[in-house]
Amino acid sequence: MNQYPMWKYLLILAVLLAGLIYTLPNFYGESPAVQISPLRTNLKADTALLERVGSILNTANLTKQQMELSGNSVKVRFADTDTQLKAKDVLQSQMGEDYVAALNLLSRSPSWLTKLNALPMYLGLDLRGGVHFLMQVDMKAALKKALDAATGDIRSALREQNIPYAGVTRDGNVLEIKFRDVVARSAGDKEIKSRFTDYMINDLDEGGAYLLRVALKPEAEKRIQDAAVQQNLVTLRNRVNELGVAEPVIQQQGSDRVVVQLPGVQDTARAKDILGRTATLEVRMVDETRQAVPGGVAPFGTEMFRDRDGGVLLVKKQVILTGERINDAQPGFDENNNAAVHINLDGVGGRLFKEATRENVGKRMAIILFEKGKGEIVTAPVIREEIGGGRVQITGDMNTVEAQDTALLLRAGALAAPMEIIEERTVGPSLGADNISRGFDSTKIGFLMVAAFMIVYYLMFGTISVLALGANLLLLVALLSMLQATLTLPGMAGIALTLGMAIDANVLINERIREELRNGVTPQAAIHAGYDRAFGTIIDSNVTTLIAGIALFMFGSGPIKGFAVVLCLGILTSMFSAVLVSRAMVNLIYGRKPRLTKVAIG
Amino acid sequence: MEFFRFKRDIPFMSYGRYTTTISLVTFLFAVFFLATKGLNFGVDFTGGTVLEVHYGQPAELTKVREQLAEIDLPDALVQTFGTSHDVLIQVPLKQNFAGAKLSEHVLETLRNQDSSVEMRRVEFVGPQVGKDLIENGALALLLVSIGIVAYLWLRFEWKFGVSAIIANMHDVVIILGFFAFFQWEFSLSVLAAVLAVLGYSVNESVVVFDRIRENFRKMRKAEVTEIIDNAITRTMSRTIITHGSTQMMVGAMLFLGGETLHYFALALTIGILFSIYSSVLVASPLLMLLGVTRADFIKPEKAETDGVLP
Repeated sequence: MNQYPMWKYLLILAVLLAGLIYTLPNFYGESPAVQISPLRTNLKADTALLERVGSILNTANLTKQQMELSGNSVKVRFADTDTQLKAKDVLQSQMGEDYVAALNLLSRSPSWLTKLNALPMYLGLDLRGGVHFLMQVDMKAALKKALDAATGDIRSALREQNIPYAGVTRDGNVLEIKFRDVVARSAGDKEIKSRFTDYMINDLDEGGAYLLRVALKPEAEKRIQDAAVQQNLVTLRNRVNELGVAEPVIQQQGSDRVVVQLPGVQDTARAKDILGRTATLEVRMVDETRQAVPGGVAPFGTEMFRDRDGGVLLVKKQVILTGERINDAQPGFDENNNAAVHINLDGVGGRLFKEATRENVGKRMAIILFEKGKGEIVTAPVIREEIGGGRVQITGDMNTVEAQDTALLLRAGALAAPMEIIEERTVGPSLGADNISRGFDSTKIGFLMVAAFMIVYYLMFGTISVLALGANLLLLVALLSMLQATLTLPGMAGIALTLGMAIDANVLINERIREELRNGVTPQAAIHAGYDRAFGTIIDSNVTTLIAGIALFMFGSGPIKGFAVVLCLGILTSMFSAVLVSRAMVNLIYGRKPRLTKVAIG
Repeated sequence: MEFFRFKRDIPFMSYGRYTTTISLVTFLFAVFFLATKGLNFGVDFTGGTVLEVHYGQPAELTKVREQLAEIDLPDALVQTFGTSHDVLIQVPLKQNFAGAKLSEHVLETLRNQDSSVEMRRVEFVGPQVGKDLIENGALALLLVSIGIVAYLWLRFEWKFGVSAIIANMHDVVIILGFFAFFQWEFSLSVLAAVLAVLGYSVNESVVVFDRIRENFRKMRKAEVTEIIDNAITRTMSRTIITHGSTQMMVGAMLFLGGETLHYFALALTIGILFSIYSSVLVASPLLMLLGVTRADFIKPEKAETDGVLP
């Protein structure tokens, strides 16, 4: 009666085998590497780049172990970190500004494992060293900016329509427009309603004054906030590229926060400078009377800038308007259904733009993004006609993706809501390495102590329990590797803790079998009853721990989340190994003997 | 080998009066220290900057303090961390310093005096984050409690859910009481440990409850006290061995895991010790107090087939 059908043994075997395969990459270690990626979207990492990198390394006399093309980058492995560092310096100086060379660590596991998608566990920053920033986007500033822009726009709209008003003031999140009489107010109300669809309007009579109170609709408020976060994410991504970090993580957290993780970065001062930099945008006219020569000197009164495709343009020094005048930039389509970027300028910007375009029909104007004192032309469209009203549409040779990028860049330069670092966690490389060895040592020692005790206390059944616990560890590591969940130091503590807790299931079973034996039941029946009865208890007790694990996962942040993931996964693997794997072993050892008189359970 | 072979059931329930008194006294002490001393919240919650630096030679703390006082940080807390080479510097949140820039400033100052200073770890937490963490922590605690009561209600009966959660809250409060009494640093990882203990210690009560339910079905003539005594006695051996095993793991973390895991493991250790006590001597008397009867399980379900082996 203590026998499993063949398929069950095979299934368990298959699961263990899969576990072994996915655990394997963790044993091969990592080799130092340099990753070269293009910074511009129109540059691709291809075989030509591969050859170029190869020849640079050859002339510098640096021996590489292996070179490969993966994703949009070239990865070169080296035998030691010394060569790696030298190679990075050589590559960075020789590849030019269009490429970035970053230090990386690549798994040394054989290619057949990589093909199976078997990768080593993804180590958190506290284990591999690096910087973690949590940045808060200043939403109040984003909203204030929108309202300030609206103030100007409302003024010019009323003036355009010749509606008399006494003043527009901002009071917190509400704009107050004062009118002298009811007629003017209702005209103003109508005008604002038709042009400012994002706002809700209430009228109010107060001390003889006729007021309109204008506030952002909640959905518009949300849209502005979302756009602010999105645009900051894009800006941060562009900047982080410059830092040369192999696997940066930049993602939104909650409604108004951004997480930036830079593995391996030690120079936090530089990272903070680059992340905290403010970009500015300028609109200037292109000087078309003279030809720009790459590498040449710009003639007097002009400056030379590169555009995003790598070409150069001569641009006049005189600034028409700056990015602060841009309220919004959105990708969209023109009347012919071609991709376009719609730009919305504020009142002052609209007037300046109107003047400039009136005088320069047929000429090109350049929109330049300045970061770190270096300008780059985002786009340089030809002016077809005088543009009034502050609504600008840029069309031309671009697809929807480019339109999106351009719109983002325009916004990024223009109204990036200010961000503040509200949390920083930096771990040096030596501490990271120490943390790994400490976590590993405590798990190892703990496991050995438990194993020794179990074997002494429960003899054969103890040995089986320990093997099941080993299977549990194997499966847990395999699952973590498979899911590429971030392993942190608390996560390693979680592994140790779940192993300690997992043994509970086997203790329950073994105690139950002993009890049944004591009650005079035959060994086979005792084994059966032991597993059967203990099962319900094991489920109940694991579910409660699982509830705690899930809550921790939902509300925890950073390292705590790592602990919660391990705790939850560990409960699942321990149920499998403690119940199925150990039972299969018991069945294989004792199940075939019908007249079993004694079992070694101590 | 067998450590625990009880010929007769131990009359745990008759000790009820003493154990409840002990629990109540410990609990009140814990609450007292929490109220008077309060928790020594770490930088995770209060906000501020923590720097861990490593010196090539044993560090001179007074010198470090002087240097910090020079750059207008006289209230920085400077202490060795683990070894004499490692120094931990804690700076409370300040209005006049751009928070994130502080760490660079400090490191630069220290490097000017001694170039062997190596940055091991920097943590800066702004005031907004700390508040969120406390809220989230409290929310997680609440959610875990509700989840556990709901599950036990579903699987057993509301009386079980309520007594288990009271017993466990008693554990949590006592852990917090220890942290308040010794003024150990209460960090995010300690909070994680506390929540883990909540899940873990319920686990303990569940094992006993499971036996109580089984006994209600099997021991038809027995009194409620006998049933509970028997359930506790029968699961005693498992309780000790399981907790012993978990404690071996936690102990390894406590002694080998380094400073970062120290308080995490410490919280777990206290939690494990008290969960043994509370599941046996708090949860079960509470169950009696709430008046658990056989009638709670009168719906016979599959109880009849349960005892018969196929």
